[in-house]
Amino acid sequence: MGKKDQLVEKEQVVIRFSGDSGDGMQLTGMQFSDTSAFFGNDISTFPDYPAEIRAPQGTVGGVSGFQLHFGHYEVNTPGDYADVLVAMNPAALKANLDWVKKGGTIILNEDAFTDKNLARAGYDFDPLRRNKRDYQFIPAPITTLTKECLKDFELDNKSILRTKNMFALGMVYWLFDRPLKYTEKFFEEKFTKKPTVVKANKLVLRAGFNFANTIEALPKHYKVAPARIKPGVYRNISGNTATAWGLIAAAEKAGLPLFCGSYPITPATEILQELSIRKDLGVKTFQAEDEIAGICTAIGAAFAGNLAVTTTSGPGLALKTEASGLAVMTELPLVIVNVQRGGPSTGLPTKTEQSDLLQALHGRSGEAPLVVIAASRPSNCYNYAFQAARIALEHMTPVILLTDGFIANGSEPWRLPLDSEYPDINVPFATPEDPNYLPYERDSEKLIRKWAIPGMKGLEHRIGGLEKMNKTGNVSYVPENHELMTKYRDEKIRKIAHYLPDITIKGDEDADLLVIGWGGTYGHLYSAVKEIRKTGKKVALAHFHHIWPLPKNTNELLGRFKKKIVCELNMGQFADHLKVNVPNFDCEKFNKMQGLPFTITELKDRFNQLLEEL
Amino acid sequence: MTQTIPTYTAKDYKSDQEVRWCPGCGDHAIMIAIQKAMAVLECKKENVAVISGIGCSSRFPYYMNTYGFHSIHGRAAAIASGVKTANPHLHVWQISGDGDAMAIGGNHFIHTIRRNIDLNMIIFNNEIYGLTKGQFSPTSPLGAVTKTSPFGTVEHPFHPGELVIGAQGKFFARTIDYNVKLSTEIFIEGAKHKGTSVVEVLQNCVIYNDGCHAMLNDREEKENRTIVLRHGEPMVFGKEKDMGIILDGLKLRVVKLLPGGFAKEDILVHDAHENNPGIHTMLANMRYPDYPVALGVIRDVSAVTYDQTMHHQIEKVQQSASYKTISELIYSGNTWEIKEEQ
Repeated sequence: MGKKDQLVEKEQVVIRFSGDSGDGMQLTGMQFSDTSAFFGNDISTFPDYPAEIRAPQGTVGGVSGFQLHFGHYEVNTPGDYADVLVAMNPAALKANLDWVKKGGTIILNEDAFTDKNLARAGYDFDPLRRNKRDYQFIPAPITTLTKECLKDFELDNKSILRTKNMFALGMVYWLFDRPLKYTEKFFEEKFTKKPTVVKANKLVLRAGFNFANTIEALPKHYKVAPARIKPGVYRNISGNTATAWGLIAAAEKAGLPLFCGSYPITPATEILQELSIRKDLGVKTFQAEDEIAGICTAIGAAFAGNLAVTTTSGPGLALKTEASGLAVMTELPLVIVNVQRGGPSTGLPTKTEQSDLLQALHGRSGEAPLVVIAASRPSNCYNYAFQAARIALEHMTPVILLTDGFIANGSEPWRLPLDSEYPDINVPFATPEDPNYLPYERDSEKLIRKWAIPGMKGLEHRIGGLEKMNKTGNVSYVPENHELMTKYRDEKIRKIAHYLPDITIKGDEDADLLVIGWGGTYGHLYSAVKEIRKTGKKVALAHFHHIWPLPKNTNELLGRFKKKIVCELNMGQFADHLKVNVPNFDCEKFNKMQGLPFTITELKDRFNQLLEEL
Repeated sequence: MTQTIPTYTAKDYKSDQEVRWCPGCGDHAIMIAIQKAMAVLECKKENVAVISGIGCSSRFPYYMNTYGFHSIHGRAAAIASGVKTANPHLHVWQISGDGDAMAIGGNHFIHTIRRNIDLNMIIFNNEIYGLTKGQFSPTSPLGAVTKTSPFGTVEHPFHPGELVIGAQGKFFARTIDYNVKLSTEIFIEGAKHKGTSVVEVLQNCVIYNDGCHAMLNDREEKENRTIVLRHGEPMVFGKEKDMGIILDGLKLRVVKLLPGGFAKEDILVHDAHENNPGIHTMLANMRYPDYPVALGVIRDVSAVTYDQTMHHQIEKVQQSASYKTISELIYSGNTWEIKEEQ
């Protein structure tokens, strides 16, 4: 029999699971997320893993982590600091201790805390003894008990040890009063052909749960009640999956086949992988020999009449530079997804940053304007991927969709849209056998040319990278024509602003401080603004998704606020962009270049400081 | 109801644009041969896409009254691959020079061939960079004196045939610009081949590398210096048809047909359909003056194509697919419902 339970209500909790990169911490974290989501909590997750697939065991460089934040109110970030840390070895403790709240609970596998492992993690002291006043350590002999639990199973030692993450998960399930059934079902469905593996994992999970219930070290457990969430059907989704699905949705609404020409690159690869699975929905994926061939096959597919996409991250976008200029010149619809990571060069492949903004806006030869939009959270990658494709097709232009490693890998519940919530996409095809068709004749409203694709009779024409004669599209070196076409290309993109939603603010209309952000920092900025408003101060957030063209009311809206601060994970690229494009724009800046998201704490500190200066 | 089948002449494939290649350039004859081949193949103009990179030869699409795309340097193979994969019903021709295909576009060239995408690649090989006015190319012979190699090049050239076969190429042929009849015949063969067909055209640059293939064009000697290979026929050549090629140990050897000496029966019979690339590579690598230069279809082996395989795979997956629409997909699997609060 277990001890008498003491159940304590909590508003929200942040848990971080960490261990060696082979310890299965991502799976463990995902299981806790799914269970919490099914239970009705709002959640937000973020995996944190090393670039090396299997760095040396037991070293800090090889630590893989998964953080999740769940609550019974709206959750917008994976949380700054953890309430609970699960550390499977000393390296995991060392890598994460700074991210645990003072007074937080640390569950650790005491079997792994040997002198050898402590040394390998770089500890020359006992971290438990030194930190015992600041944290509540719960050492558990996870390895020993897992082995004991499975001693009668016909499993090799390696397979037995592989289940020890379930022991840890079982303990955490007890700690937060969660049912085991979702994870049990997961194993039953995943390993239908391996009943022994299913049985072993279920048994170890249950053993961890019972162990936590029994030991005196855990004096109480917690309940986080379901959140009040907008009614609807939900699923958990990561930004990369949402991006892939949004593109498929757009192809469906446009009535076109989807073609993705890409080359694998962290952290964008999952989009190509997901699209490759989706042959059931007719998606064509072309894993090219390099980034350049990725975009070039996509341009070829666009010429041939498909909804064409290429996906990449910063260094790959640099390689696609010349070809993206070709897409501008040929005025073909093309979506370029750039999942940003820390740069320059190879930089920080698995870390997040917003430092490709200026590359996206200007990184081409000549004056080559295109559309840049940015998603701001994992689930709305679906919507912005859809919008990127819609704009590309309806305005005959390449569009760069910026996401980042943080929202691409992070996940959260997504209220599923109804099919009817998304509009049909009207593709500006030319009419076959139209005797008056000219490849570069523009409509007066959008300044777009009509799309004639091979196979359409009577519309045979040639396009290419050389400057085009207005209307006919023939090669032209006429000086005045080049100036005219340069202006047309610019004006065509600017006109798109008339088809974009206005920028709105969240928070106080008469705010003393306007916080300005864009892209994947939304959750942190919104949470910080919300928390400051709770203290009675007047602040608001203007968060941009349309980077170029900017929403048409940008100038008017920003002009209403006296004090402004632009927050971004770079040296101030969006602030500079606003200074160029919004007359008399002036702002404070808050920048972070650590490969990490903002913390709500640091944002609040800075905003409060500015408010006090008023 | 009877359907009228459009019959085309070469002229139908000419666009209204003024052809701007230098007078005497080999490109003119190659274009005539391609247009003739298209007429014989009865390609509907609207189903033809001609894709090029950058270089003199890459101006080609502008002169064709079909769909055309003059792209960027080296990328024609990648763009053409995208066109064909997006719409496998199109006849896709790629026009590239030796620099476009084998220097800046070398990576796309080998990978496109390896994938065996059904494209007709025509490589105009004049062993020089013409559009930038006379620098050496990856096919310029060792020691070639050009503007960027005033003391002779110090690098070994690619032999296109060897590179194509090394990249798993299933079709390789060679022709020479002045021989419009042979070129037409070969372009037709290449177009009929399912998969990537590569035709190397020995092309003269009248300005920067004039006469680079002149020894193969000598009125008196050309038949002694070239051999036109045809599948199933013995490898006999020469003005008097008195020379042949035999396999001597591990090498090819040129022999004279003499009474009492080598007879026609001793001569190798060309088998373009043999999968083993050994003899094809040797034939492609034959160089004057040790050997006659091989023209004609050297290799023509059938294999599954990328574009067909991809579309079959999609069809097969779709037959047993659980989802037909994105809505069905997003509502599948682990979802949960939040109901209105009572």
